[in-house]
Amino acid sequence: MGSTATEMDELVARGYEHGFVTDIETDVIPPGLNEDVIRLISQRKGEPEWILESRLKAYQHWLTMTPPDWSSVRHPPIDFQSISYFAAPKKKPELQSLDEVDPELLATYEKLGIPIEEQKALAGVAVDAVFDSVSVATTFRKTLADAGVIFCSISEALQEHPDLVRENLGSVVPHTDNYFAALNAAVFTDGTFVYVPKGVRCPMELSTYFRINAQNTGQFERTLIVAEEGSYVSYLEGCTAPQRDENQLHAAVVELVAHTDAQIKYSTVQNWYPGDAEGKGGIYNFVTKRGDCRGDRSKISWTQVETGSAITWKYPSCILRGNDSIGEFYSVAVTKGMQQADTGTKMIHIGRNTRSTIVSKGISAGKGQQAYRGLVRMTQRAEDARNHTQCDSLLIGDRCGAHTFPYIEVKNPSAKVEHEATTSKIGEDQLFYCRSRGLSEEDAVSMVVNGFCKEVFKELPMEFAVEAQKLLAISLEGAVG
Amino acid sequence: MLSIRNLTADVDGKAILNGLDLEVKPGEVHAIMGPNGSGKSTLAHVLAGRDGYSVSGGEVEFEGQSLLDLEPEERAARGIFLAFQYPVELPGVNNAHFLKEALNAQRRARGESELDSVAFLKLIKEKIAQVSMQPELIKRPVNAGFSGGEKKRNEILQMAVFEPKLAILDETDSGLDIDALRTVSDGVNAIRSPERAIVLVTHYQRLLDYIEPDVVHVLAGGRIVRTGDKALAKELESKGYGWLTGRDEAA
Repeated sequence: MGSTATEMDELVARGYEHGFVTDIETDVIPPGLNEDVIRLISQRKGEPEWILESRLKAYQHWLTMTPPDWSSVRHPPIDFQSISYFAAPKKKPELQSLDEVDPELLATYEKLGIPIEEQKALAGVAVDAVFDSVSVATTFRKTLADAGVIFCSISEALQEHPDLVRENLGSVVPHTDNYFAALNAAVFTDGTFVYVPKGVRCPMELSTYFRINAQNTGQFERTLIVAEEGSYVSYLEGCTAPQRDENQLHAAVVELVAHTDAQIKYSTVQNWYPGDAEGKGGIYNFVTKRGDCRGDRSKISWTQVETGSAITWKYPSCILRGNDSIGEFYSVAVTKGMQQADTGTKMIHIGRNTRSTIVSKGISAGKGQQAYRGLVRMTQRAEDARNHTQCDSLLIGDRCGAHTFPYIEVKNPSAKVEHEATTSKIGEDQLFYCRSRGLSEEDAVSMVVNGFCKEVFKELPMEFAVEAQKLLAISLEGAVG
Repeated sequence: MLSIRNLTADVDGKAILNGLDLEVKPGEVHAIMGPNGSGKSTLAHVLAGRDGYSVSGGEVEFEGQSLLDLEPEERAARGIFLAFQYPVELPGVNNAHFLKEALNAQRRARGESELDSVAFLKLIKEKIAQVSMQPELIKRPVNAGFSGGEKKRNEILQMAVFEPKLAILDETDSGLDIDALRTVSDGVNAIRSPERAIVLVTHYQRLLDYIEPDVVHVLAGGRIVRTGDKALAKELESKGYGWLTGRDEAA
């Protein structure tokens, strides 16, 4: 046993050595936000001077801003001085075995078919045999390195590839963009950096590996993905397993840059803790995600399945700058209990002959409130640009709500914009039909809802699609009746 | 097999069935005819267990056990099948997937082993041929965008796959042209067997030219007012329902 333990230690240590996991810091900066705190964050992370300057600039700008109040979500004001901004990797109270974990959480993992070691990692149990994930991770890194793909934490990228980061960071979402983006630019602690060189097709979905290792990236996560000319990358963010976190506010920023003929596919499954039955303790998820189709014929696709968080506020967007570039947004959002979501997208058509597709499927149950908010802008130069938007809401029960706010601006007479919207209630006749064929009420709901979401699920990578379907079924358990 | 005694049922507080009696034995085909609003469809839905149809009195036994406390899916697993008058569309739900999940749910409930994809595919091919359905329909979402005839044929396909002990066909003939009526009837005749009972709920005699019933009942005012053989249906066709219901109504 002794040698096994040593091997384990070595393997675990090797994981850190490879640096993808955030360095373990033991000190935590006391709550509060001021310039000294930002200097301290930067210093602790050993960052180059320019990034400190940009953090300070963002902070100064943030001070001049006020929290947005235009969305339809409601929450008490956030006390930004009560947050600890160097929430260094939280040493969660490590449990010794799965026996100590909330049985309800375990039941959910079980239903999702999550392997036992991943269950432990997710639930914060001391992981004693990350063998598999470490070795898999090592293989992944080698394959990626051979292809020339850089896939590392943003902290590591600031050290190893400072020029690439400097050139692109903030180029899609400047710190002036919005309140939460400014805050993120000032205090982000970690996140992910992906760089795919010219002509390279990233040899794998950037996902499975990430699932375990993405823990504790902090509440102000920063992601930057750059796809050079003619390259392709598919990136999967998040996890179907419900993740608990002490931090109530999550304000991430994700920036995508697609050069000429490049393609980025970004898929998200978000299942943060939604809070208890009264909605207490749930995560506020205020995310800014934007992709820049910088080159001609580039393409960016956002696919998201949002089932978690008490409040979701996010609008993954595409700036279609290059001629013939394509933007896509496929979304399934579920709100139940006391959850609120205000989500949608922005498609900014600048280049000629640009195309965008929006498919948004909203499902509300319980007292869930949900809004689709989408902007389609055809600028003066957007000759022959096209957009098609389809926005469907499904209501389960009679205490939930769905709202649609489409904003359409057309400044070029040759542009075409189509918007279709439907709202339907899950039909008693549909459920009875399924049940009279032998399906249980829950299976019937899950089948009808999955059918409703099909157009979105088919955009997800295969393994994710299967998980997403299961997740949806679990999310809606007990929602009818 | 099916034994209904003095059944009364309300829909939205309105009494629709008023003391209905019916006895169906294995192997028999019964036709339940009657004017609009006589309670034919209500009877079909009560037997399948639809919410909103509240039984206020009487007994329904299926194979010696009371049916009324069972959920719709439990009734399905015991071998009761209702072919809908208006089959419901399930957008995005693949027809083959739906059939396989439903069949396996029934099999699980009966303690039988589930069919794997290979076995199911074999079964479904056989049944599609049996009911003369276009094979493409099995790949499409359940009933979504189907024509009236295609929907009815899809119901018959489901019936052929589930192999129920008691099949209730609610106005399956309505809205069908003569060719569709013939294929639907062929499908029903194909599953006739000494162990299986079929209840045809219909307004018109026409269907009975293709599916020969053993017993014909006339339902009026929420109860069976006349029972006879095939000849009764013919009589109804020429004389209408008025002479039985006391109202002047055309057939």
